[in-house]
Amino acid sequence: MTDIAIVGMAQTPYRRRRDDANFAELIYGVTCEALDDAGLEIGDIDNFITVSNDFWDGRTISSMAVQDACGSSFDGGRNVSTVEGDGTFGLLYGMMRILSGAYQTTLVVVHCKGSEGNMRLITNGMFDYIYTRPLGIEATGAAALQARRYMDKYKLTEEDFAHVSIKNRGNALRNPNAQLAETLSLDQVMASKPIASPLKLHDISPISDGAAAVVLAHRNVANKLGRKPVWVKGIAHCSEAHFLGDRDLAEAPALRDAAFRAYQMAGIEDPFAEIDLVELYDAYSYMEPLWFEELGFCPKGKGAELIRLGATAFDGPLPVNPSGGVLSAHAVLVAGLARVIEASLQIRGEAGERQVEGPVELALAHGINGPCGQSHCVVILGE
Amino acid sequence: MEKVELIHLRQDVDLPYHWAAGRYGSMMLRALRDRKVILGNRCPQCNKVYVPPRVVCGPCFVQPSEVVELSPAGILAGYSVVNYPFIDPETGQKRPVPYTYAYIKLDGCDNYLSHLVDETDPSRLYPGVRVEAVFRPDGERVGRLQDILHFRVVD
Repeated sequence: MTDIAIVGMAQTPYRRRRDDANFAELIYGVTCEALDDAGLEIGDIDNFITVSNDFWDGRTISSMAVQDACGSSFDGGRNVSTVEGDGTFGLLYGMMRILSGAYQTTLVVVHCKGSEGNMRLITNGMFDYIYTRPLGIEATGAAALQARRYMDKYKLTEEDFAHVSIKNRGNALRNPNAQLAETLSLDQVMASKPIASPLKLHDISPISDGAAAVVLAHRNVANKLGRKPVWVKGIAHCSEAHFLGDRDLAEAPALRDAAFRAYQMAGIEDPFAEIDLVELYDAYSYMEPLWFEELGFCPKGKGAELIRLGATAFDGPLPVNPSGGVLSAHAVLVAGLARVIEASLQIRGEAGERQVEGPVELALAHGINGPCGQSHCVVILGE
Repeated sequence: MEKVELIHLRQDVDLPYHWAAGRYGSMMLRALRDRKVILGNRCPQCNKVYVPPRVVCGPCFVQPSEVVELSPAGILAGYSVVNYPFIDPETGQKRPVPYTYAYIKLDGCDNYLSHLVDETDPSRLYPGVRVEAVFRPDGERVGRLQDILHFRVVD
C-alpha cells in the first residue's frame, strides 16, 4: 500500500499513422483530458514527468520537446523530469517524486509514433554495436529467439501462442482505441505470413502512434477530489542483463522479482485468487503466457493451457488483456501506461463496452522495456 | 609497456524519418507553399502572437485559437556568420560557407523565427536592421520552411 493514487487519466486512440497530430498536439490533447478527468487545472500540478525515446522521436533530448504541450512551462515553468523507457517507469518515478515530500501532484505523459521512423533500424539500434547490431537482429528477430527457446524448454507449440492472438484481437472488438480488432480463427493465425519463425504476422503487435497521460496525487489531495481514486497498492521495477547471451530467454527473473516485490508491498499472497484482472505487455503472442507464468499466476509452462481453457478470457475467472492488449495496439512506451489506464478504468467501472463482469477490486498492470523484456515494471492497482 | 592494437568499428547509421507536421504545422506549410504567407497564431489570454503557429501557449496553457497572417518583413534580432560546412538534412548537399544564421522578429509577432539571411558582410548586419522574406518562385515551393529561400537585408 502506498499513499499515491491515480486520479486522472487519458489516452489517444491508437492508429497506424496520425498525420493529423504532431507530438505536441497528441500530448496537449491527453493532458487536457487527464486534467478534466481528475477535476484539476494545470495550476494544480506541481511536478511533471515526460516519457519518450530519442530514436523513435528522431531527436536528441526528445523528452524536453513537449514541455509547452504537457503544461510544465505554465506560468513561468514547473519542475519537470524525464524518463526514457516504458510509461510505467515514468509512473514509478512520478510516485517517487511525490513520496519525496516535495510535491503533491504529478502529471506523467508519454508519447511515441512508430510510424515516423523505421521500426527495424530503431530496434536494431538498441543492441550492442560491436557484437550484436551487425547481425541485423532487432526487436522481432530477438523475440523470435525467445519464443523458440520458450517453446523448446516447456514443450509448447505455435498453436498455443495463436490462441493468445485470437483472444486479444477478439477482445479488441470492444475497445474503440484499439488499432487491430478482428475475429481470428486458429487457421488464420497459423496461415498468416511467416515473419521470423516461429512468429507469424498475427503473433506480432502492430506499429502504432499514440500518447497517454495520468495524474498522480498524494493521499492528502486524492481524497479531496470528487472522483474515486485508484490506489497504487504495490509497484516494483527490476531489470536483467542487456546482452541476450547472458540470459535464458525462456525465463524472466526480473519479472519474477518485480512481481514478488509488488505483491509484498500490496500484501498479496495468492495472486490468482486475489487479483481480478490483468493487463500485461504482450508485444508478441508468446509473451502473454510467459509473463503470466513469471507473475506467479501458474507454474512455468502452464500459461498456454490456461489461455486455451478460457481461464484468461474476457468472461473467464481472471481476464487478461480484456482491452485487446498490446497485440491490438502498440505505441511503444505508451503501451505500458495504457495497461495502467485500462486496469484503472476497470477498477472505476468505467471501461465501457470492455468492462468485465463482476467487480474489479484489485488489478495488475505491467510494462516492459528493452529486448525480450529486459526490464519489467509491475503495478498493483486497487480501490 | 607493450603496445597492443586497439580496434574500433565504423558504422554509418542512416535512419530515415517521416515526421508529421500536424494540424498547425500543415496549416503553416500550406500557406507558405500556396500563398507565400507566413502564419502565426495569437493566444486569447496573453495576446502573444507566435510563429510558427502551435497547439498551445505554454505560459497560459490555452490554445492560441486565432490564426493570423504575419508580415514577411521584420527586424534582425541576432545573427551568426557560420564558417563551417553543414550538410543540409533535406538535400544531403553541403551548404556553401560562409552563411548567416538569423533570429528574426517579424512585424506583429512576439517571438522569433530562425532562418538564413543572404548577407555575410558584418558591416551590413546589426541588430535592428530590417529584413524581408525571399520566397522560392511559383512551382518550386513544396510545403517546407525552405519555401522561404532566405531573408534579405532591406536598405
